[in-house]
Amino acid sequence: MRPEPLLHDTGHFLPRDLSDQQVSRQVFGPLQQFPRRVAWRWLFGIAITLLLMYLASATVLLANGVGMWGNNQPVHWGYGILNYIWWLGIGHAGTFISALLLLIERPWRHTLNRLAELMTLMAVICAALYPILHLGRPWLFYWILPYPNEMGLWPQFKSPTAWDMFAILSYLTVSLLFLLVGAIPDFATARDRAQGALRQTLYGLMALGWRGSQQHWALWRSTTRVLAMLAIPLVFAVSSGYSFLLTMGPQSGWHSTLFPPYFVAGAVFSGFALVALLAIGVRWLLHIEALITLRHLDMLGRLLLATGWLTAYGYLMDLFMPFYSGDTHEIEVLLTRLSGPHAWSFWLAIVCNVGVLQALWWRSVRQRPGVLAAVALAVLVGMWAERFMLVIPPQTRDFLVSTWGGYTPTIWDWTLFIGSFGVFLLPYSLFLRYVPMVSAFEVKQALHQERGDD
Amino acid sequence: MAQIFSRSADTWLRLGLLVLFVGLTGGLLVALALDRSDYRTGRNWVVEQPLPFSHAHHVGELKIDCRYCHSSVESSAMASLPPTETCMTCHSQIWKNADLLEPLRKSLRESQPLHWQRVVELPDYVYFHHGVHVNAGVGCSECHGAVDRMQLMFKAEPLSMGQCLACHRDPAPHLRPAGQVTRLQWHTDQDRRALGEQLMKDRRIDPRGLSDCGICHR
Repeated sequence: MRPEPLLHDTGHFLPRDLSDQQVSRQVFGPLQQFPRRVAWRWLFGIAITLLLMYLASATVLLANGVGMWGNNQPVHWGYGILNYIWWLGIGHAGTFISALLLLIERPWRHTLNRLAELMTLMAVICAALYPILHLGRPWLFYWILPYPNEMGLWPQFKSPTAWDMFAILSYLTVSLLFLLVGAIPDFATARDRAQGALRQTLYGLMALGWRGSQQHWALWRSTTRVLAMLAIPLVFAVSSGYSFLLTMGPQSGWHSTLFPPYFVAGAVFSGFALVALLAIGVRWLLHIEALITLRHLDMLGRLLLATGWLTAYGYLMDLFMPFYSGDTHEIEVLLTRLSGPHAWSFWLAIVCNVGVLQALWWRSVRQRPGVLAAVALAVLVGMWAERFMLVIPPQTRDFLVSTWGGYTPTIWDWTLFIGSFGVFLLPYSLFLRYVPMVSAFEVKQALHQERGDD
Repeated sequence: MAQIFSRSADTWLRLGLLVLFVGLTGGLLVALALDRSDYRTGRNWVVEQPLPFSHAHHVGELKIDCRYCHSSVESSAMASLPPTETCMTCHSQIWKNADLLEPLRKSLRESQPLHWQRVVELPDYVYFHHGVHVNAGVGCSECHGAVDRMQLMFKAEPLSMGQCLACHRDPAPHLRPAGQVTRLQWHTDQDRRALGEQLMKDRRIDPRGLSDCGICHR
């Protein structure tokens, strides 16, 4: 299969003769002179609006309690859990790209890993805020931590709340370390190119005195490799972990043994969708179409398709298992998913994650940024619908018919969820201005290796 | 190119990180220590009362049993405070003109109870039943300390949840034979654990579930 002429037939998907200066100009240029200022201002304005909306919703929630949300008997797990799972799942793709593809040495990852790692960080933070707000008395969140206390109590290790805390805290720490350590050489370049004492000092602090000596490189290499090896098992542990949150519940429809891999696939799938969306946005905003090439987008499309099919296998098995078990209540719950009051969520997930996704079989779709972005958006919506379908309908059909009930999210559920995009976007838009969004030194290294000039 | 940082910048950065680390862990330790201090828990702090009643005198020297005044301790959740009439069983005969006891006589004259101030107060979300504990053989002094040596009344223990749980998880060494519960200076040469386990068997005390949340938080 020969790539089309516009696509570069190289390991890093970049033109073979791209020079170091060109790479540096494209990556570090925007830190001094941002190419699309008007578009960025719009992005920043939207981000601030959404963030204010989030803060207002959180304030209303803290002032009035969790009763502001739609969850009640019998649906205790509403948007607080479903959006948590959605955001946390999205985070996993960043780690997947940066850590796994680093260890299996795929040079094309170098243009995508920074934006994906930043996405991971913000997605995990968006997710982490949800359980804290859901606690009801968030100021006592430290009760989930194992600390010496006069109550003579440990956290309830059998409770998913404690797992959430450990999962998020370790995942956040490793992601943040991976991001910061991985960017040290780039911060050093930014420091050396910076004008103005403040920028020099701040980038200098982030660069931690990097001089690029052999010893620095050796240390850096082993550190990032160790962190990558820590991060990869975390992807699997954390997303299987929150599939067990559901397994701990008494509801039917949450106990398939497929859940852990099903959730890992879904997590990485939704994450790739956001990475694709961000890659398309970032390459346009920073004007770096030469670094994030159509071949990169093509590869993201393929990954999206592959993980999408893994997720589709999960749907298929989820449809099969209740009948295989023969348990009448399991079947009842499945039929509720398919045709109950919330059936829209199931069919929306199928249409977006299985139906629309198939467009990615065509190269022309994968290589057209606008169309790929539309598919990625559809996947994000579909994955959200999938989380809804997994979490909500089983709770509306309890074992006792007398406890059956419905679920309607309130306006505050929606404002908090929509506002959480502000929590994501505001820092992200600042990263666009102040953080080198592409791992320039790794790209240069890959270019040299490809050309064979050491 | 000019240097951005001074020669000592690295040292300062490391020092700053060290101070941050020490500050955080030290701050946590200080917070935990303050949380357990007598100032916070009220332990050993005398509470001002309408008249300076001395448990040391009445219990320690005169050997009046706890239940003479706290009469409902064996049957009710509250140990109860004595009505003025209980004091008057003696003080209508002795020290009946003492200035110190004027608030007591005033209380009787005007049929207004004395406003004794609470010394031990558990939060409203804790269910505690005195009768259950006394009948199970938990001595008064397990929680209230050597009341017979207190001139003025104070809390002898912080009575934190940890203390409740320590006993609920392992009650045996805290139990006494019936009849010794109100003996504040009771002492035995027997092994407390062996004795306690025997008592638990005799009284059919089942410690399973004693540390469930719902036992105290109902």
